[in-house]
Amino acid sequence: MGSNPTPSVFSPFMLHEEVNLFQLEITKRGVRNMKIHEYQAKEMLAKYGIPVPQGGMATTPAEAEEIASQLGGKVVIKAQVYAGGRGKGGGIKTAESPEEAERLAQEIIGMRLVTHQTSDKGVPVEKVLVEEAVAIARELYLGIVIDSAAAQPVIMASEAGGMDIEEVAAKTPEKILKAYVHPAIGFQSFIGRKLAYGMNLDPKQIRPATQLIGNLYRAFEDSDASLVEINPLVVTPDGRLLALDAKLNLDDNALLRHRDYPELRDPGQEDELELEAAKHNLSYIKLDGDVGCMVNGAGLAMATMDIIKLVGAEPANFLDVGGGANDEMVTSAFTILLSDPKVKAALVNVFGGILRCDIIARGVIEAAKQIELKVPLVVRMRGTNAEEGMRLLAESGLPVILAQNLKDAAEKVMAAKEGRLTV
Amino acid sequence: MSILIDENTRLLVQGITGSEGSFHTRRCMEYGTKVVAGVTPGKGGSLFDGVPVFNRVEEAVKETRANASMLFVPPAFAADAILEAADAGVPLVVCITEGIPTLDMVGVLRYLKEKSTRLIGPNCPGLISPGKCKVGLMPGDIHMLGEVGVVSRSGTLTYEAVAQLTELGIGQSTCVGVGGDPLIGTNFVDLLRLLEGDSQTKLVVLIGEIGGTAEQDAARFIKSEMSKPIVAFVAGSTAPPGRRMGHAGAIITGSSGTAKEKIAALSAAGATIASSPAEIGITARKVLEGSA
Repeated sequence: MGSNPTPSVFSPFMLHEEVNLFQLEITKRGVRNMKIHEYQAKEMLAKYGIPVPQGGMATTPAEAEEIASQLGGKVVIKAQVYAGGRGKGGGIKTAESPEEAERLAQEIIGMRLVTHQTSDKGVPVEKVLVEEAVAIARELYLGIVIDSAAAQPVIMASEAGGMDIEEVAAKTPEKILKAYVHPAIGFQSFIGRKLAYGMNLDPKQIRPATQLIGNLYRAFEDSDASLVEINPLVVTPDGRLLALDAKLNLDDNALLRHRDYPELRDPGQEDELELEAAKHNLSYIKLDGDVGCMVNGAGLAMATMDIIKLVGAEPANFLDVGGGANDEMVTSAFTILLSDPKVKAALVNVFGGILRCDIIARGVIEAAKQIELKVPLVVRMRGTNAEEGMRLLAESGLPVILAQNLKDAAEKVMAAKEGRLTV
Repeated sequence: MSILIDENTRLLVQGITGSEGSFHTRRCMEYGTKVVAGVTPGKGGSLFDGVPVFNRVEEAVKETRANASMLFVPPAFAADAILEAADAGVPLVVCITEGIPTLDMVGVLRYLKEKSTRLIGPNCPGLISPGKCKVGLMPGDIHMLGEVGVVSRSGTLTYEAVAQLTELGIGQSTCVGVGGDPLIGTNFVDLLRLLEGDSQTKLVVLIGEIGGTAEQDAARFIKSEMSKPIVAFVAGSTAPPGRRMGHAGAIITGSSGTAKEKIAALSAAGATIASSPAEIGITARKVLEGSA
């Protein structure tokens, strides 16, 4: 093992016959890490020889019963959601028989699971993983991420597995071992031994653990993951290592060389408006306030949310239309923004650079034609073709309140929301 | 003076014939930037608005003595293009491309350690030394030659800050967007060091945002090594937590990714904080008047 450490950066993804498929425009996309379910992560890790419990995914109680009877004996039913802390929220339960598995699956499938990582409304559970119950002697932790300060992948291991690892890191950082992987050398066995011995494993577990860590690193690298985590990695009473839980987030930027990844996405786990936005290459995050905003550029979008808050209102969303937006994208963006029923006023703040203000104006006018504009709209434009954009809006007949600068825009949208300002 | 680029910059553009590359190359030329070469494999020998196009960077450098490169290569090929420029010995590479896979950048940054090439970006708007040279996407006309250095993790928010400065009659020495990706070639500390040593620069405006620890690193440097005043704004006080950072990622950064933590660190280091994004210009003016 460790004999094939070729870093993916030098892998043949630059093959020139693929040029046409990759002639993508440089468009602004939100930095997002694609999440997948535990059962999918385990399938992926199993392909790399990492031992996982036997089991299967079920979408109905009957399927859960069937998997449980195939497995025989005690099983664990685990809600499949894009959030951690499932156990405490009632999303993980143990069944003694296939009948009990069916009954528990009935309870879990269809519930909205609330954990410390979800909103108060929780996330819907549509799938469960039914697995053999495993006897546990020890619970360990293994994880790999890119440490951006060191610009290298770092493998983390801890004897304090099965717990909230952020808490372990905050309270007892000495319990987390770290080993960096040099990009030119790749994973080597000594790195695995360092962590395996560091976790005080039994002598006969050192070799399988070293191998497992190496396999996990290869899974991380091959899949272009942004995070892979096994928490807990358990040692069974008979000394076997087993990935009891698994988490794998994928680097969105690497989708260009993993064209099968979008199929792994579970739309049921994502906000409908956010999904719609992603389809149009827009970066949208729904929040709880009532002032909708549409901005170009992530930094300015965040700053716009900040100033909305500073004038005493709450932003309803983050929405970055990006630098490469066309009329159609702007129309979609504005439509998505206004489909949030909470929005009582909207603010469009654009500093034209790559993106021309007249394109924004045309998109807004088109969207307002398609859907009735029921809330006051404040627009502030600056930079490339701002005068043209303002003129188009003024001539459109739309009830638009124009603002001079950022502060003016925030104050006007607040006043308009409260009915103190009309066109 | 100014930092990194000025009237002596001889720019080559990688990906000059693409739609974005050609559009922004023309804007840079209009601003006065000396564009001496373009590189697009397969299009060598042709001309782009009178600028010779080469197949390879090495060739372009040899023929034109280009000393900086601006890169508009699609994300799948951008890492390769940065490495090519570094291999050819280009001292400054500005990578505009967004969406480069993170593992590609791990390899690139390691390779650059062995080279003298400085990389700005990726996923950045570029940089400008007003009145001298523009290498990037920013609208040139909002800038004005002067004494304030601007370093930022953002694009359009930087334009906002610069426009506020210019409206108050405060010019800029050099404005640099470091890029929005987790792995970048040049960070705040590198730029603060350069601006501290630049005789034209009297004050630095630093624009940060949530995530990572770049602002805390900058704060440590400001405290120990900067004599020039700093005005800072950190975007994202209202951003919801946990939307971008994975579980284990937070182990590295802890709670330091929040705007609150970053503002506290910069403030403790002696930076003057602009509490609103609309007050970056005014805050800079107050500090300049106070230190005059």
